Amino acid sequence: MMADTGSEEVAVIGNTDLTPGEIENNIKNTMGEVGDEEIVLPKKMEINVAEAEKRTVKNAVNMQETYTVYLIETRPADDASEGTNPTPDSLWRRYSEFEILRSYFLVAYPHVVVPPLPEKRAEFVWHKLSADNMDPDFVERRRVGLENFLLRVASHPILASDNIFYSFLTEENGWKEAVLETGFQAKADSRLKALNATFRVKNPDKRFAEMKHYGDELQSVISQLLRVRARVADRLYGVYKVHGNYGRVFSEWSAIEKEMGDGLQSAGHHMDAYAASVDDILEEEEHYADQLKEYLFYTDALRAVCRKHELIQYELEAAATDLSTKKQQQEELATGTVRTFSLKGMTSKLFGQETPEVREGKMKVLEGQIQEGEEALKEKNTECDEFVRSAWSEIERFKDQKNHDLKEALISYAIMQISMCKKGIQVWTNAKECFNKM
Amino acid sequence: MDTSITDGGSFNASMPTSPGSMINQYKFDEEDEQEDPGAKDIFITVDNPESHVTTIETFITYRVLTKTTRSEFDSSEYEVRRRYQDFLWLKGRLEEANPTLIVHPLPEKFVMKGMVERFNDDFIETRRRALHRFLNRVSEHPILSCNEDFKIFLTAQAWELTSHKKQGPGFLSRMGDTVRAVAASVRGVKSRPEEFNSMQEYVEAFSQKMTSLDRITQRIVKEEREYLEELKEYAPTYTLWSGSEEELAEPLKGVASCVDRCFQETEEQVRQFSDTLAPALHEYVLSAETLKAVLRRRDFIQAELEAKNEALAAKRADRDADPRERGVVWQSLLGKDPEEARQQRQQRLTGEIHELKEEIDKLEDRMEWANNALKGDWSRWQRSMRTDLKEVFITTAQKNVDHYEKCLAVWESFLLSMRSEVGDINQPSSDDS
Repeated sequence: MMADTGSEEVAVIGNTDLTPGEIENNIKNTMGEVGDEEIVLPKKMEINVAEAEKRTVKNAVNMQETYTVYLIETRPADDASEGTNPTPDSLWRRYSEFEILRSYFLVAYPHVVVPPLPEKRAEFVWHKLSADNMDPDFVERRRVGLENFLLRVASHPILASDNIFYSFLTEENGWKEAVLETGFQAKADSRLKALNATFRVKNPDKRFAEMKHYGDELQSVISQLLRVRARVADRLYGVYKVHGNYGRVFSEWSAIEKEMGDGLQSAGHHMDAYAASVDDILEEEEHYADQLKEYLFYTDALRAVCRKHELIQYELEAAATDLSTKKQQQEELATGTVRTFSLKGMTSKLFGQETPEVREGKMKVLEGQIQEGEEALKEKNTECDEFVRSAWSEIERFKDQKNHDLKEALISYAIMQISMCKKGIQVWTNAKECFNKM
Repeated sequence: MDTSITDGGSFNASMPTSPGSMINQYKFDEEDEQEDPGAKDIFITVDNPESHVTTIETFITYRVLTKTTRSEFDSSEYEVRRRYQDFLWLKGRLEEANPTLIVHPLPEKFVMKGMVERFNDDFIETRRRALHRFLNRVSEHPILSCNEDFKIFLTAQAWELTSHKKQGPGFLSRMGDTVRAVAASVRGVKSRPEEFNSMQEYVEAFSQKMTSLDRITQRIVKEEREYLEELKEYAPTYTLWSGSEEELAEPLKGVASCVDRCFQETEEQVRQFSDTLAPALHEYVLSAETLKAVLRRRDFIQAELEAKNEALAAKRADRDADPRERGVVWQSLLGKDPEEARQQRQQRLTGEIHELKEEIDKLEDRMEWANNALKGDWSRWQRSMRTDLKEVFITTAQKNVDHYEKCLAVWESFLLSMRSEVGDINQPSSDDS
């Protein structure tokens, strides 16, 4: 459904949103046999991505394809079920289905900063981590990431009450058809085109422009941070592991010594322990990296909202320009003056004025167009105001969430460093005691 | 490991005895404990490296300062300047005079690893410390410290030392020694006493282990330096980020400052490895080579002795052999009287046998002295090795504990500042492990 202002002078990028009517259809379609009753969605649900499994299937060209599915468990968490522990409902979903869900959100709620999915491919990898999607550690971290995504959505005031989301969680089979029926896919493509198009806005809203700039800065700095952190982790790993060689040599050396033997041998064990401790340390740090990554990916959603605002603003300005052009034409027609250069003006000069009847007809058409234009402008203004209002409250909400989450992440990073120092103190204190006994 | 000069006012009043009686006093008993440190009567410092440029070469000299109450020194204080070549000469002389005593190793002539330039500050400092240790260890050795060349090294002016060096055994006699040594090593030792066999085995294994530890330590230093290179960019990134933030600016700057502090602490920690642990281990790699050389020289003496004994046995067999089996036939062909020839031969052989026996007696004395000296020095060396390495390992472990404690304090104070902002009582205490 393309909104058409009827103007030839302004190229309008198609409306990529779902209209309220369409959203209502969504609700009706997922009803099943329930009919027109209002559905009261459970306010709270416990959501859990419990497991991951490998599946193999023969695809269209009869080749073996392996993919991973994730088990989503849900349990109503309302007051009635408190104290009891009902068995959860569960279904399996693969990563691509999560992607579809997210695409749908982006189209259906353009003013929302939609939570990101965990990365599709492992990035910012340091040497010990595998870049392989099938690697069990990667799958595990992805499982956690998917759960996090669902929890973010479930705690979002707008997204949580979406029916497509509800059926994603509860209907293994009907879901895909339902989401495709919303027609979001076609909109998704033109949305992407619109977001990437270049157009100039005459009066940009300063707040959104600043927020977009912030999003760019945040993306750049977090990327840099993740890259440096990965390199640092790699080097730290090397330092710890080489100490393991002390363990081996101390042990061999202790065999030829009499008095020093015991002390050396036990010191060697502590060196082995020191070398081994780095694995846990760096695994914990991966969680920190994942927290940073989430906000790295969030910047895309943030930028999309700002761009959407630009687009609406641009369309508003286009509608206003269009209207004023039409009004000017009307004026020219009425007074007979040709202020603007136009083909009509030229031909009338060359071939004489038009007949009053023709002029009358043209006036009528223009009047109609102006009326349409004024209505369109009014609509666009309302749309713009509403968007600014709802998007800005979304952005404020996002800002608070980001500040809270990242502060917590930094604190947990400090706690990790403290734990690492404590382990180091313990190992070297023990080693020192062994050396004392040499 | 830095044996430095203690306060000059604490000299012991007891006078040292003459070198001769020192040798008798030198107990070859394995239970002999360290020399009483309070009886230290000579203090040597090596410091103040200076560069000298001549038309031919550039070299470094070090100041060698000696303070002593020993009677064989005319004065109580000496200050001379010595270059590395002089130290090499001294070591050579000490080893020549005492082939089976264990002389503390000198730092190497060249260091090929990495890009160490000969006049690089770190290189000079490491060498200076090693030279300082060398002289002090020699001064603590009951026999070596009485060596005449050692005294001259400490006291002679530059030109005096040069002329003294020229008086040493000539090139030809040194060549003779080398030839005999090669011959002996080719011959090999027939029946090495068991304790020297186990010493040999120990030294081989010890040498391997020290080389490994030295290499591992160098590797750790290298890895740590590469870690620090990467870490250099880490804190600035947090600082950069803080520039875009409002509420997060404080925590981000806090993390940046913690990372920066830890960076500095780590630089210090690495210095402990590179400046103390690595040189100490490397010195024992060189020391193991010294031990191998000492065992070889002991073997050499024994090989000579065995050869002479074989020669003696051969001459005796010759003398007591049946005349008809010997060149009597030849003699008679030349027209000599067989009985006279035999008498002449017997006389000659007896003379030679007598000479040989005297030589063998001397060699046996020398062998016994060499074996006992080595045994005594061996247990002395083992004690030093244990003390030295134990001390350096303990210091290294302590330095690491200190490093982690400092970093811990940095992060804990950051955490405290974060929590006092939030006023959060629900966070778990950082004392929980």
